[in-house]
Amino acid sequence: MNILSLFVLVPILMIVFLFLSKGMKQIRAIMITGASALLVLAATLVVLFIKERAASPDAEMLFVSSISWFAPLNIAYSVGVDGISVAMLVLSSIIVFTGVFSSWNMDMAKEYFLWYCLLSLGVFGFFISIDLFTMFMFYEIALIPMYLLIGLWGTGKKEYSAMKLTLMLMGGSAFLLVGIIGIYYTSGHASMNLLDIANQLHIPYEHQRWIFPVTFLGFGVLGALFPFHTWSPDGHASAPTAVSMLHAGVLMKLGGYGCFRVAIYLMPEAAHELGWIFLILTGISVVYGAFSAVVQTDLKYINAYSSVSHCGLVLFAILMLNQTAMTGAVMQMLSHGLMTALFFALIGLIYGRTHTRDIREMGGLMKIMPFASVCYVIAGLASLGLPGLSGFVAEMTIFIGSFQNADTFHRVLTIVACCSIVITAVYILRTVGKILYGPVQDEHHLHLTDAAWYERVSAVGLIVAIAAMGLYPSGVSNMISKSVVPIMEKLAGI
Amino acid sequence: MDFSNFLLMGQEIGLIVVFLILFVYDIIGSEKSKDRWFHWVACIEFAILTVWGFLPKPAGEAFGGMFVSSDLTVLMKNILNIATLIVFLQSYSWLNKENRLRRSEFFTITLVTLLGMYLMISAGNLMMLYIGMETASLPMACLAAFNKYKEKSAEAGVKYVLISALSSGVMLFGLSFLYGAMGSFYFSDLTLQVAGEPLTILGFVFFLGGLGFKLSLVPFHLWTADVYEGAPTSVTAYLSVVSKGAAAFALIFVLYKVFGGIEIVWQHILWWLSVITITLGNLFAIRQTDIKRFFAFSSISQAGYILLGIIAANAQGVEATVYYVFVYLFSNLAAFGVISAVEHASGGKTSIAAYNGLYATNPKLALLMTFAVFSLGGIPPFAGFFSKFLIFMAAGSAGMYVLLFIALLNTVISLYYYLLIVKAMFIKKGENDAVEHFSSDIYNKISMLICFLGILTTGILWGIFCGMYFPYDY
Repeated sequence: MNILSLFVLVPILMIVFLFLSKGMKQIRAIMITGASALLVLAATLVVLFIKERAASPDAEMLFVSSISWFAPLNIAYSVGVDGISVAMLVLSSIIVFTGVFSSWNMDMAKEYFLWYCLLSLGVFGFFISIDLFTMFMFYEIALIPMYLLIGLWGTGKKEYSAMKLTLMLMGGSAFLLVGIIGIYYTSGHASMNLLDIANQLHIPYEHQRWIFPVTFLGFGVLGALFPFHTWSPDGHASAPTAVSMLHAGVLMKLGGYGCFRVAIYLMPEAAHELGWIFLILTGISVVYGAFSAVVQTDLKYINAYSSVSHCGLVLFAILMLNQTAMTGAVMQMLSHGLMTALFFALIGLIYGRTHTRDIREMGGLMKIMPFASVCYVIAGLASLGLPGLSGFVAEMTIFIGSFQNADTFHRVLTIVACCSIVITAVYILRTVGKILYGPVQDEHHLHLTDAAWYERVSAVGLIVAIAAMGLYPSGVSNMISKSVVPIMEKLAGI
Repeated sequence: MDFSNFLLMGQEIGLIVVFLILFVYDIIGSEKSKDRWFHWVACIEFAILTVWGFLPKPAGEAFGGMFVSSDLTVLMKNILNIATLIVFLQSYSWLNKENRLRRSEFFTITLVTLLGMYLMISAGNLMMLYIGMETASLPMACLAAFNKYKEKSAEAGVKYVLISALSSGVMLFGLSFLYGAMGSFYFSDLTLQVAGEPLTILGFVFFLGGLGFKLSLVPFHLWTADVYEGAPTSVTAYLSVVSKGAAAFALIFVLYKVFGGIEIVWQHILWWLSVITITLGNLFAIRQTDIKRFFAFSSISQAGYILLGIIAANAQGVEATVYYVFVYLFSNLAAFGVISAVEHASGGKTSIAAYNGLYATNPKLALLMTFAVFSLGGIPPFAGFFSKFLIFMAAGSAGMYVLLFIALLNTVISLYYYLLIVKAMFIKKGENDAVEHFSSDIYNKISMLICFLGILTTGILWGIFCGMYFPYDY
């Protein structure tokens, strides 16, 4: 069996075992075993991938296999990975793993983890698929569990947020499906396979002109593209900890990955011609998200708007359409995924103890819970781009890449987007200063405990990943930049 | 007369045999044995008929082209059979508690309507189609008014019969135009002669109005909500799946076989019909507080999606439509299985509020309902996703991207109201009048199991289901 299919099989097995399980202990055992299996699988995949890549440097995708599923429409269950998908799979498995530890004590744990596994099934399936239909199916599978996860286990105005998030994302997928059907028929209804469409078939430009915006918008909604980002702050703020982690950390990357893999890869001409419209929108996302984060007082909202800004940067870099920037985009996906997950894990931890997320009601937590606070500082520093942590590497690559475009339009936008770094520093440092240092605001907080062991596992796991990427970026960037080459060749051929 | 013609009517004859056995049993059986066995006998008999329907059947024309049988008609009848069988299973509690003495009437009348639908599907002549439709419609009014001492049920019957009569009149009017223009009712003659003359188009429009009533397309939908609400739940289930499916199948044959020559005209009409049907059905569904009315509007919008498949005017469209109805049967009947179970356990509650907190008391029913509405809303991995995808692909193959886009945006609206049901069951807390934990009767359990398996498997194994009946080339 193909190693990639295991990524789908493991969550399915987890779901089956969860159905049969009884009691908290069994549930935890299943989840930890399953999540560790996924982590090991991802590590194995990296090793195998590097080996395989050395053996066949020209192949676009590795571990390709395909099973026909619905022959009349050329739909197949096709899988395959390149460096980018491998990076995303690693990211997802880390976050799924740490997320399990962050949701250690849940009510209705069985149902919670069932939906959680379904969500991860969708995410993994999406990243391994190279068939448009299969990809879309996994994409939808990943969306719908969010409704119940937020609606049932969330906090605050959870029902409203859950509905808003689900409907907006489903609206996005409506655009997407029109795009996919359009791609299939205008390319001569011969294949649903991404590689075949890109390399053997051609979508005429007059069709690309409408399919590209539709597809990009469809994925862009999930990537928090301005002005369709409004689901993100509400959704993240209301979701339970692990769901925020998974959603901001992985699910939003589905958007960026999809824009890259479907919209730009299949329709390079239109991307070249029409990319500027979306580039402006993403530029707004970047700056607007950062400014919004400055005025928030709720920890989760701060982080959610910061995600809008950072994910905007991902789409921004993709649209720069050059190798350095695109490599940076993927690194930013990784980096943002890890650090935002760390943020949400810590916010969940703090909120679980203080029962408030309002930064005005907290202070001096450094003395009360030193472990959690130090982790928070690390996450903050990663977010504002301290060298040695992942954020710096990613943003640096993006801005260098963006500035390589010689025309005024791109350069001005790059400079505008660069400003977001400064604003990021403002809101990160303000939050850190307010809640971690200074006087203790509420006397009850003095009796709070520091992180429990399972929360420490979650935080340490993520910090290790962030530091690893910051200290050894070349390993990651080499893997990614080779995989960007096919798209660059397409773009160069215009 | 050549009696070999009757060989082609195997399914119809089988149905009549089932009907006669039940009828005779009702007359000669003792009350005690009927209490015990009648429902069982009816279901088993019908199950045998359903299974037998899947055996290979001869194809051809009978009675000078009046009656047509092909693999496709056999498949369509089989789909209707499965749905009817599930409805029979679901009706147990209702029939045996409230209508013990009239239980056989339900079966016999339902079988008559089913016979009418068979004839609609197999018609090779517009008169035959009309007779089939009348056979299916008039007894349906009896069914709607089955709980005759309940005001709403009686009202439903009257509404149905009046509007049905009106639409038949309109349809006959259209048929007379067609006859006037072309001088024949046989499909084979009409195909050759249909051209875009005004009289033909006028006749076609009137004719479509009649079928639109059966399919409950907007603007012919006004009876739907009231009848669905008033009729007994099993009858509503039957109306929403079997009756609608039969009308859709008949529409396919008429449009493709008779009006193939004026494809452009009817594509244009159906384009608008499907847009308003989907949109209005969805918008009205949002406001409903009664679950049966809710599913009435949901089924109106589903009818709009069915049109999306028909409009493609190619083999792919036919396949998509038939598959859509097939999947829709399981999804919708699963929902109605839960509705009738809850209705009987709670003493007749059909408001959506009665479902608040259902997951806490009856988790299995709540899960089935969730699967059903997710399937209706087109969420993977449930079957509805695959059938919706095929329908959309069919519309895409005809190049109707705008229609496709409107329909897709509508799926978002539909998801909103389907999620309201999920929200009621999972997130809302039941008040003190919440439905308590209960166990439904064995028949209903079987029906829900069939639907559950249908929702889970027919989608993922779509290649197999479609591959069995359709050629692999479009």
